Amino acid sequence: MAPDLLAERSAPPAQAEKSLLRFITCGSVDDGKSTLIGRLLYDSRQLLADQVAALEAESRTVGAQGGALDFALLVDGLSAEREQGITIDVAYRFFETEQRKFIVADTPGHEQYTRNMVTGASTADLAVILVDARKGVLTQTRRHAYLVGLLGVRQAVLAVNKMDLVGFDPAVFEAIRAAFAPFAAEVGLTEVQAIPLSGLAGDNVTAPSPRTPWYEGPALLPYLERVKAGRDPTALPFRFPVQWVNRPDDGFRGFAGQVASGRVQPGDRIRVPRSGQESTVARIVTYDGDLAQAVAGQSVTLTLSDEIDVSRGDMLALAASAPETADQLEATLIWMGEQPLAIGRSYWLKLGTKTVSAQARAITARVNVNTLEAHAAERLAMNEIGRAELVLDQPVAFDAYADNRATGGFILIDRLSNATVAAGLVRQALRRADNIHWQALDVDRAARSTLKGQSPAVLWFTGLSGAGKSTIANLVEKRLHGMGRHTYLLDGDNVRHGLNKDLGFSDADRAENIRRVAEVARLMADAGLIVLVSFISPFRAQRQAARARFEPGDFLEVFVDTPLEEAERRDSKGLYAKARAGEIRDFTGIDSPYEPPLAPEIHVPTLSLAPEAAVEQIVAELELRGKLRAPDRGLDYTI
Amino acid sequence: MWDGTDQTEARLACDSPRLTHLDRLEAESLHILREVVAECERPVMLYSIGKDSAVMLHLAMKAFYPAKPPFPLLHIASGWDFRAMLEHRDRMARELGLDILVHSNTEAAAAGVNPFDTPLTEYMRLMLTEALKAGLHRYGFTAAFGGGRRDEEKSRAKERIFSFRSAQHRWDPKTQRPELWNLYNARLHKGESLRVFPLSNWTEMDVWRYIRRERIPLPELYFARPRPVVQREGQLIVVDDDRLPLRPGETPVTRTVRFRTLGDYPLTGAMPSTAETVDEIIAEMLTSDRSERQGRVIDRDAAGSMERKKQEGYF
Repeated sequence: MAPDLLAERSAPPAQAEKSLLRFITCGSVDDGKSTLIGRLLYDSRQLLADQVAALEAESRTVGAQGGALDFALLVDGLSAEREQGITIDVAYRFFETEQRKFIVADTPGHEQYTRNMVTGASTADLAVILVDARKGVLTQTRRHAYLVGLLGVRQAVLAVNKMDLVGFDPAVFEAIRAAFAPFAAEVGLTEVQAIPLSGLAGDNVTAPSPRTPWYEGPALLPYLERVKAGRDPTALPFRFPVQWVNRPDDGFRGFAGQVASGRVQPGDRIRVPRSGQESTVARIVTYDGDLAQAVAGQSVTLTLSDEIDVSRGDMLALAASAPETADQLEATLIWMGEQPLAIGRSYWLKLGTKTVSAQARAITARVNVNTLEAHAAERLAMNEIGRAELVLDQPVAFDAYADNRATGGFILIDRLSNATVAAGLVRQALRRADNIHWQALDVDRAARSTLKGQSPAVLWFTGLSGAGKSTIANLVEKRLHGMGRHTYLLDGDNVRHGLNKDLGFSDADRAENIRRVAEVARLMADAGLIVLVSFISPFRAQRQAARARFEPGDFLEVFVDTPLEEAERRDSKGLYAKARAGEIRDFTGIDSPYEPPLAPEIHVPTLSLAPEAAVEQIVAELELRGKLRAPDRGLDYTI
Repeated sequence: MWDGTDQTEARLACDSPRLTHLDRLEAESLHILREVVAECERPVMLYSIGKDSAVMLHLAMKAFYPAKPPFPLLHIASGWDFRAMLEHRDRMARELGLDILVHSNTEAAAAGVNPFDTPLTEYMRLMLTEALKAGLHRYGFTAAFGGGRRDEEKSRAKERIFSFRSAQHRWDPKTQRPELWNLYNARLHKGESLRVFPLSNWTEMDVWRYIRRERIPLPELYFARPRPVVQREGQLIVVDDDRLPLRPGETPVTRTVRFRTLGDYPLTGAMPSTAETVDEIIAEMLTSDRSERQGRVIDRDAAGSMERKKQEGYF
């Protein structure tokens, strides 16, 4: 270690250490949001001479203010969006005053970019919501307030912008303030400061404007400098998601992480909620020496006095106030993926430092962000917000998001694209007993199979006696079962012992045999099962009749293709010998024809394909056809 | 709850008790460093020897203490680095007991690519961008820490902390993953990689204040000293060795200058200054009227150029 790094710290001047406020700005393309932020940067003297020179030059060439300083140019970064004239992503801006450093999440207000606003709000202590004084409180203003409230922001500035364009009329300002107040309360914004201002002209931005003598409140920047914003996370119960187990040698085993909430001291009794194991905090280790206490926000390394099982993903808590664990959660989801949320599809869920596998079992509601009304819904598409029931493959420790932002939020990750497809807010744990909350849903074929996380299908194995149909069908069923799929195998021989005991081998009886089996398979498919039928079924017409009973795409003909010589050579049941000897009449391949399929969905040439390889092929085909996930529902199904 | 008089109480209520903005920035960076180590297969820290790298390295020492950072450092050397930078690099590696890998585009250098005769954009592409890609590829690194900050340049303001790169190392602003709370998605397909910026939310002033607070060692180039300089196109270029071809009429003169950023010496402008200590630098910055990148020849390009460079894979 460098001697310099160990040298004693000099006491820094007091003004070097400031407080930090993170806020989000919300407004539409035309509310003058970029201009206001640019103005804050400019007026708080964050801009240096060369940047101002660049701003002047750009204002003349591409500015929208007729050559005057266009502050929006300071914040509209990417050339694509400059060309479109709108901001299309979350940008982070920084400025500071004597008291505070500010991190501004600048997000666009356009409807299709809900995800950006939610992203920006997730780390914000406060929201600045812009309203154009000429337009008043719009639907989108309500939407912005709802979104930041949903993400747990409790304080907002209602920035009534462009007051210069309404002649600084106090009646206009008061009307907007009054219109917003009841809505703000409804979405959980408990503290709102309305400020009349002009980002373009600078009124009430950094100092009270002489043009609004009727307004007695603070200007924007002084308010942001002094507001007590955000909930104090140290007042919440202690939560410590373990990021990394630090084991430099056998003598040290520490758990590195950032205190999510609360505080901890050596000697505190802690618990691992996953296992219920308890121990005592021995040390709070940092590079700068051990601490007597660690509080929310600090990144430290804890050591415990006992050798208990702790690994990444565990959340340490005080034994007296440990969080719940559950493997079924009800959550609010803000969907961000290109593909809508698919019931029964498996996603990665990351909460704290824990990543588990999760499926949505049901969507219980979708919220209309314009009216705040919740409706029953069948799907959740990009930028939509809804409530869903999630089933996890193992329990996680969590708090309700309303209680703790740091341990109640999660993300969902698509397992194929690796994209982050949703932000989630835990509402509550679900017990096994109150699993199912189907709302306004008929229990139909789709509902039944959705519950099983698959789509109905019939694999119709056809081929000569001894071709290997039952062998392969058995292996396929085993494989599907192992994958957690719901299946049933109908085998010709077995069915003839029961259901079709009364049938012989005449042409009519053979046709009836197939009809009955096809009908049973249809009922089973309707129940949501993947049905495997292993029947010689030699005639095309009969197979066609069976196919006709199913929904298009459900019936998959599997031709187990073994040449007669090979099947006869194997003759595992000795039937060919008997048929050749004339002891069995109408035996397929000997004295009754076999009509091979002309266009089977799956072709299994057994001479060149081992049974295990055939299983791979068939399962892959099911996967490809979407049979191993819940059915996609049509748009028109949405209520 | 606004109260124009009660500032102290407001400060305390806003943040966790005792945590200043530097404390919070530090804690966030440690969290990021640890997430990458926990989730990524082969991380590396790009070490460019400048002040941001110095801070990043210091944070890495903290994040994994008492263990050493569980990843190597990688320096992309162009061959035109200041000598004092290389000395500082080797000293840090020795004192901290860390592995520092050095990678250069030796082929391009052998082919005569240099900062004087090669067009500047091509020089940058070959000696920095391509060398970086080759260096990452050579060791199979899947995640690389960089010292980039969002306050540096407009296109950086929208960069994610975990910035996703295609197998061709390209940055597509449209496919970046949303970053919510402190939950980062580090999942990759084969061939893809991440650039991770633990200093995303730091400003230049934060970096200097932290250097002062933590007494982080820096190359002496940051401090004002008498140095031999020539003036070129408005930039003060320090004659760091005898490879700098002097133009007709150019005679190096000794001036007291320092650097605000470090890079290849023929391409990095110095500024006249008398700031010999970190305190003096901070004092000078508070009255400065020029931004940090102003001294970089590479950045005095048309607006949007940084975005283009990033899409090609520039860090």
